[in-house]
Amino acid sequence: MNTTTEDLQQGRDFSTASGGRILAPGEVDVSHGPILYLEGISVSFDGFKALNNLDLTIESGELRCIIGPNGAGKTTMMDVITGKTRPDSGTAFLGQTMDLTMLSEPEIAHLGVGRKFQKPSVFENHTVFENLELAMKTDKRVWRSLFARLSGEERSRIEETLALIKLSDKANMSAGLLAHGQKQWLEIGMLLMQEPKLLLLDEPVAGMTDFETERTAELLNELAGRHSIVVVEHDMDFVGSIARTVTVLHEGSVLAEGSMDQVQNDERVIEVYLGR
Amino acid sequence: MTTITKLYGVKGWLTLALFSAGVMILVPVLNLAVSSSNPLHISDYSVSLMGKIMCYAVVALAIDLIWGYAGILSLGHGLFFALGGYAMGMYLMRMIGTEGQYHSHLPDFMVFLDWKELPWYWTGSDHFWFAALLVVLVPGLLAFVFGYFAFRSRIKGVYFSIITQALTFAFMLLFFRNETGFGGNNGFTDFKRIIGFALADPATKTGLFMATGLFLIMALLLCRYIVTSKFGRVLAAIRDHESRLMFCGYNPLGYKLFVWTLSAVLCGIAGALYVPQVGIINPGEMSPGNSIEIAIWAAVGGRGTLIGPLMGAAIVNGAKSWFTVAFPEYWLYFLGLLFVGVTLYMPAGVVGVAQQVKARFK
Repeated sequence: MNTTTEDLQQGRDFSTASGGRILAPGEVDVSHGPILYLEGISVSFDGFKALNNLDLTIESGELRCIIGPNGAGKTTMMDVITGKTRPDSGTAFLGQTMDLTMLSEPEIAHLGVGRKFQKPSVFENHTVFENLELAMKTDKRVWRSLFARLSGEERSRIEETLALIKLSDKANMSAGLLAHGQKQWLEIGMLLMQEPKLLLLDEPVAGMTDFETERTAELLNELAGRHSIVVVEHDMDFVGSIARTVTVLHEGSVLAEGSMDQVQNDERVIEVYLGR
Repeated sequence: MTTITKLYGVKGWLTLALFSAGVMILVPVLNLAVSSSNPLHISDYSVSLMGKIMCYAVVALAIDLIWGYAGILSLGHGLFFALGGYAMGMYLMRMIGTEGQYHSHLPDFMVFLDWKELPWYWTGSDHFWFAALLVVLVPGLLAFVFGYFAFRSRIKGVYFSIITQALTFAFMLLFFRNETGFGGNNGFTDFKRIIGFALADPATKTGLFMATGLFLIMALLLCRYIVTSKFGRVLAAIRDHESRLMFCGYNPLGYKLFVWTLSAVLCGIAGALYVPQVGIINPGEMSPGNSIEIAIWAAVGGRGTLIGPLMGAAIVNGAKSWFTVAFPEYWLYFLGLLFVGVTLYMPAGVVGVAQQVKARFK
């Protein structure tokens, strides 16, 4: 390939996907914008179509909310993205080059798809700081852990994340002693420490107090732009406070997509979801 | 439980220094230099007993490393201890030379079995360095291979414990056989000397005692380093929530295998120090009951604290040596009661109780 750094800096046009730059192995190519493409995805369980010809595109750096009534296929969609469920048909790509349907769960996680489940799961006997330390992206083999010392840079990364998830004053507290909402934040923090390319959050504010929900919205708004985030949520107020674009799922496919206002005024959405 | 990141505080180092001084200076002086009529004199019997208990303390440390920190309960650690002991025993048997009952260059039991020459696996056993190598390699390799297959198949919890128990039982049956070539049910005994020193000499006994004390201190520091490093925090995370840790990108197999093998090697060395001090090794050391007792020491002391199991080994074995003299028939009842009592009323062991008392008076 004859492309030089100079060419890249001058922003010349490149016909190849990665803009002519050679990708490092495992690097996610977002040169065309989108970080996630789902096209014509169908999944059925014993004849029940959980996903029916689903199309979804997430731009790099976007914060997208997915809503939909129970059984609309939200969780199944997450399962397809993380490799937990294989689609019967359709294509799923991370960036331009990574075919998610061909990869195993740990491989996808390693590529940088981080998922937060509904129930918070943190290491309760470890301190908040140690939870983030364990999650941090670094060499995780035995010998490195035996002789690992936190560098100044790593320490400040942990402290930045602590500030972001608003747990700086609880850094040395056992994670088991945190309130439910704080555990959820810690878990988001742990995902962030892994430097994910795409963050999937499954009902992040379930069971939170109003105050905690508000703080979570603030947190996600801060993350938007820096990370690509997909949030699945029921709480409409919460979605309204963070969403730039909302996708409504219904019976396994996309019913509507647009801003919160557009979606809320869409006749079909009102019919199936918001109810009359 | 908060995790500690430094090796020891000032108090810890002082305690350790005091203990080292006791083992390396006080006991040897009181045993060798003070005459036996003096009330301060420590008898050879007491020195051997303390040396033996320190060997057990290392085993308790080893089991705490895997049970207390990684959550893997082994009920077969007596096997690694015995294998280390047997490796040392082979060397000690060869050092008897022709002073045995049959005045043969072969160990007595082989003469008794009418064997004409040493089996191939006794090759090199007359060299101390080779015996020392076997002490580390045999338990280490067995643990590595066994652990690799067990952990790769994700065998956990009670299933793992049962398999380790079966493993030690199988080895006991194997070693009971005369054909195995390790002295059958009599094992090895009647040792005369080690690296040229007569084992009957009090100075040799004290030397072995000091070596054991030194090894105990080094093992404690090594374990302490491991559990306070990031490795230790990964281990605790394996214990508490293994699947979550895998989501963080760790492969638990290497971590478990490392700590499991290290634990077995510590037991092997402890066994090798135990045999010359006690003067006998036989397959009884591999009996399932022995391995269960090891777990009891850790539980009594308080697992996941290192210092607790060390004390647990001393308390239980101290009680044992007194009990088996005073009320020999009741020892096992007492041991059973102790275990039930600790499980019911002191789930965090002696260390836990000490912490509660400390907290109350604060």
